[in-house]
Amino acid sequence: MTTTTTSTPKLATDPAGDNLRFYGVWLAGILALVVLPLVFSSGGSVTSFSLIGIAIVFALSYNILLGQTGLLSFGHAVHYGLGGFAACHMMNAVVSHGWPIPLPFIPLFGGLGGLVFAVIIGWVMTKRAGTVFAMISLGIGELVASSSLILRSVFGGEAGITTDRTALPKMFGWSFGPQIQVYYLIAFWLVLSAIAMYALTRTPLGRISNAVRDNPERVQFIGYDPHVVRYIAFCFAGFFAGVAGGLAAINFEIANSAYLGAIQSGLVLFSTFIGGTAYFFGPILGAILVTYLQLGLTSVTSVWQLYFGIIFIGIVMFSPGGIAGLVMMHRPLVRAGTLGTVIPAYLVAIVPTLALACGVILSIEIVARFSGGEPINLFGIGFKPQSPVTWITAAVLLVVGGFVARLSWLRVADAWDRAATVARDRGYLA
Amino acid sequence: MTAAAIEVRAVDKRFGNVGIIRDLNLSVAKGERHAIIGPNGAGKSTTFNLISGHIEPTAGEVRLNGDVISGLRPFEINRRGLSRSFQVTNVFARMSVWENVRCAVLWATGHRYAFWKNVDSLPEVRERTAKILDDIHLMHRRDVPAGLLTYAEQRELEIGITIASGATVVMLDEPTAGMSHAETDRAVALIRRLTEGKTLVIVEHDMSVVFGLADRISVLVYGHIIASGTPEEIRRDPKVKEAYLGEEAH
Repeated sequence: MTTTTTSTPKLATDPAGDNLRFYGVWLAGILALVVLPLVFSSGGSVTSFSLIGIAIVFALSYNILLGQTGLLSFGHAVHYGLGGFAACHMMNAVVSHGWPIPLPFIPLFGGLGGLVFAVIIGWVMTKRAGTVFAMISLGIGELVASSSLILRSVFGGEAGITTDRTALPKMFGWSFGPQIQVYYLIAFWLVLSAIAMYALTRTPLGRISNAVRDNPERVQFIGYDPHVVRYIAFCFAGFFAGVAGGLAAINFEIANSAYLGAIQSGLVLFSTFIGGTAYFFGPILGAILVTYLQLGLTSVTSVWQLYFGIIFIGIVMFSPGGIAGLVMMHRPLVRAGTLGTVIPAYLVAIVPTLALACGVILSIEIVARFSGGEPINLFGIGFKPQSPVTWITAAVLLVVGGFVARLSWLRVADAWDRAATVARDRGYLA
Repeated sequence: MTAAAIEVRAVDKRFGNVGIIRDLNLSVAKGERHAIIGPNGAGKSTTFNLISGHIEPTAGEVRLNGDVISGLRPFEINRRGLSRSFQVTNVFARMSVWENVRCAVLWATGHRYAFWKNVDSLPEVRERTAKILDDIHLMHRRDVPAGLLTYAEQRELEIGITIASGATVVMLDEPTAGMSHAETDRAVALIRRLTEGKTLVIVEHDMSVVFGLADRISVLVYGHIIASGTPEEIRRDPKVKEAYLGEEAH
């Protein structure tokens, strides 16, 4: 999973070691999926892990468009939602007709739901990339989302379509009533989808998608129709988004219009971008972080969306490569053995950066809770939003923290440049 | 008589009311090295764009090996065996040098839009990519993103991508533009070697390159070819002297 989607650097390492590391990362990932719910076995954790699994499949499917083919979609949740509805209808049909289809096969029908819509709508949508594609995707997203409230027979109106996952034929004696069983079903489909989507990046189509992303004009002069390339990539993205939607339908036992709306589309864009689009594992990190933030922040603050926005702007401005980009920046340093020289600068920078972050949080919460809100609890310390002491604390943290943080960041940049130069001199570019 | 590799017949190209190309006639025989020269703004790049399908002629037709190709899309023309390079370097910047060339090999080796094959385990693709990288002397840079290459290296990669499909008709748009003397000599040797047995159409400003490389030369002035012939004929042609070589001939 550490291989880039853009190139396969094979610098001065032996292929056997590369292979070992490659499969090692995947096996470690799978092992983590199996073991995690055993270690953190509370109901809340297993529910969170299930949501994260779904979010990862969804974000990876989105990155087929954004990271690999260069298509910015504002309506990817359409395929997710239609996958969810397809899965719900299928589950209900299986139950009412007594078909011998157990629950673990249902996400496949979710995928087909997402795929069919992509096949129908994709040809027109992918004619152009860039702004045209983005605008059409926004329009289609709104169109489908509003249709879902109007076409009651298919989408069930406001209430949506409900289903009962335990009513399907059993498999291995599992009823899929308990959340832990649903978690393992999601984990299974996550592994399957992730392997399939990774494999896709290593095919002729996957590489040509990268070429279309980089330079659609030139692609035409090496024999390829960029429209066809975008269309096929779009269909794959639609399929895997549908799988994610199907998993969500199983998890919640309902599909409704919220599945295919703009908020869901925005969230997947957000996760993928924050994680980093240039690396396969970027969206995985993004989905984990965003899902956790979503679950965690909503319980502590009413303005959690504001924090999302700030994080997003921060990433766009300071690290356009996302978290994965930040991580992979350090690969040449690790290889050249110069990582140790930047660590002290990082440690020094942590303190003022945290102070600045606390200043920002305190300021936001003062505004949010000024009229009749609850007291602010920041790392166990209570602050009254109406008290001047709180305001002064916030101001001091903001100004002093901000000033010192800036200085410390300059030192970080200095240290990093020196380490990177050494690494480059030793022949490690990536 | 066998059909010419490229046959341009009475082609006009107008952008709005402005005629860029007027009654253009050009014939390039199979296996010939043909240079198109002309002052800036004469329509050389437009001619390239017209032949390679980048833009469509307003009137007239273009034939490749006897078949009409005007009106076809660039990738359709490319699949028929015509490949071109660009005056402004036009590579896949975020992809490695290896990936750049390999992408250009994929269609010609029949892998097309395949999503069921591992691109790393296609022996003929790997061998062909490796051979081209050896040919353009970029094997040692194979893992570097194309956007990080030096200018001269990018120009060489541009040529590599152009010939990678194995096209029989190769069109190079100012391949040595912006290169030093040493780099130009290297590039010319490279072009000569790589287009052995192929038809080559080249736009070039450097007259030593043109007269050293071309079997035949066409002179384009204001969107019209005023003379076509061997380097000797072109050198002696009074119209050419007047219109173009007059001030630039060495």
